Amino acid sequence: MGKIKAAILGSGNIGTDLMYKLLRSPEIELSLLIGIVPDSDGLARARELGIETSHEGIQALVQHPEKADIVFDATSAKAHVRHAATLKQLGKTAIDLTPAARGPFVVPSVNLDFQLSAPNVNLITCGGQATIPMVAAVSRVQPVDYAEIVATISSKSAGPGTRQNIDEFTYTTARGLVEVGGAGKGKAIIVLNPAEPPIMMRDTVYCRVQEPDEAAITASVRKMVEAVQAYVPGYRLKAGPLFEKENNGWKVTIMVEVTGAGDYLPSYAGNLDIMTAAAVAVGERFARHSGQQQREVANVG
Amino acid sequence: MSANASKGKIFLTDMTCRDGMHPMQHSLTPAQMARIVGGLAEAGVPTIEVSHGDGLGGSSFNYGFGAASDREYLEAVAPVLKNSELSVLLLPGIGTKPDLEMAVEYGAKVARIATHVTEADIAEQHINLSKKLGMRTVGFLMMSHMGSPEKIAEQGRLMESYGADVVYVTDSAGALIPDTVKARVSALRQAVSCAIGYHAHNNLGLAIGNSLAAIEEGATHIDGTLCGLGAGAGNAQTEILVAVLDKMGYETGVDLFKVMDQAEDVVKPLMLRPQLVDRAALTIGYAGVYSSFLLFANRAAEKYGVEARAILMELGRMGAVGGQEDLIVDVALQLAQAKQAQNPEPAGVR
Repeated sequence: MGKIKAAILGSGNIGTDLMYKLLRSPEIELSLLIGIVPDSDGLARARELGIETSHEGIQALVQHPEKADIVFDATSAKAHVRHAATLKQLGKTAIDLTPAARGPFVVPSVNLDFQLSAPNVNLITCGGQATIPMVAAVSRVQPVDYAEIVATISSKSAGPGTRQNIDEFTYTTARGLVEVGGAGKGKAIIVLNPAEPPIMMRDTVYCRVQEPDEAAITASVRKMVEAVQAYVPGYRLKAGPLFEKENNGWKVTIMVEVTGAGDYLPSYAGNLDIMTAAAVAVGERFARHSGQQQREVANVG
Repeated sequence: MSANASKGKIFLTDMTCRDGMHPMQHSLTPAQMARIVGGLAEAGVPTIEVSHGDGLGGSSFNYGFGAASDREYLEAVAPVLKNSELSVLLLPGIGTKPDLEMAVEYGAKVARIATHVTEADIAEQHINLSKKLGMRTVGFLMMSHMGSPEKIAEQGRLMESYGADVVYVTDSAGALIPDTVKARVSALRQAVSCAIGYHAHNNLGLAIGNSLAAIEEGATHIDGTLCGLGAGAGNAQTEILVAVLDKMGYETGVDLFKVMDQAEDVVKPLMLRPQLVDRAALTIGYAGVYSSFLLFANRAAEKYGVEARAILMELGRMGAVGGQEDLIVDVALQLAQAKQAQNPEPAGVR
């Protein structure tokens, strides 16, 4: 069985980092990197690596739909709203790394399998990818009334998109805590820290539960950390779970840190790394699924 | 009121019901706030800020849950404002645009949009919205001691370009001294044409002195709280500001005896602890750490058997910024582990 063909829309930081990761994938063949700025660093790097490029945006796919079966969108939420419609018409599976949230939310370690029929899936936010697995780990053991996360990222790793859309980050992440993490209510906070050398991405997760089964929660959290590490090697449990009695139940505190793989961006950009790593995990799952479907069709035929 | 000829007007903002929420552990009730705000309005304080200590949307595990919601507080104070303007604080990343829209429903006239001193650009959408809602808009450059005067000038220009009517040098850590206050206010004055404000914390005992230094360099907007009630060692004491500015010949339009009485008779009996420059608060000013870390550091110190001062010094070394309250327990755990490694007797870590 051959690899599945994929294109990346967007040749900025995320798109370029994703390119390096896809080059290592045993299941995905990166066929095209699409930007809109001809002399962007990402496109230049792709050309050096012998990867086909285009600076014509999504038109490149409209003209050559055969170039890709799945399309990673690493542009912006605004652009993705347009792209989503076009990709649907072309019959391409879209893996959306922007906060556009057109399709269902996916976190590879939590709900990878049941999103396979969706034509468009969304990766929520970096803070969501880092924290939702922890909320899900707790909510698998017992109900989480309320989950709150604080994502602290280095200023250097927050591009203009994040900065101009900081509210969208908080809404989208909070929605993910509920829809994928399984919390009753969600709240997300983001803090930018300009320290030099830049800090690693760190996230604190708070869950409110009643009478916690401490051993079961701790075991579930550790297992989930391993599940995330399978696709984000720099993901690490820094502290917790800590259990404290509060006014309205118990507070479970979990702290994680994400060190980036350093593919395109330095290791402090763990927030970008966890998005691109999650995108690869989702893409590979689609690749396996489509390979399996083809085999099934062949068997029937 | 003043014996001297007027040197000009200073616009005071009282934040007893906002920064004062930190030492109160966000426990002030809407009724208590209404009483405080009513007294401030009666005394003629021009601007009165009401919010969770960490601004709209601040009620959380990370910063402490408020005794009531933002909406309940604003609803309670709206009827007692008289001629005073209601102000709300919003930190992008914590509060969001709908919070601001909600505050306007209750008559908020001033929005103070606060970012770390180097991150003004995350406030663009909130400053834009605030202006669109017709609010007087203040750009709040927090942790100003962490930015050089040049940086403050650059970031202040950004906030002005988004529409800010006033830009503040916000000494969130109470880490500035008169010379460093002057350098920042002066750089800002040369960079922007809007008004300039200064917000003090008293961790080095300089809240009033630094406010005067800022005024000397051209700041016209100054923050205070009754009894100095605020994060860390507290803020500039509103009643002292009124007395001192009066003696110096500045007009504040505030009735000194009325704010004095309000501080002594209403706020003082509510206080959970005296507002002192104690060891931990002084460390905050010395290390340059966000003032609201004080109570969190004290609690973590007790829980994990390490010194609050050691936690705060380490946070300063790491360059922690406002909002990173979650880092305090992390640092306390690391210090406790290091302590246990050195001296393997049972530490208070669970």
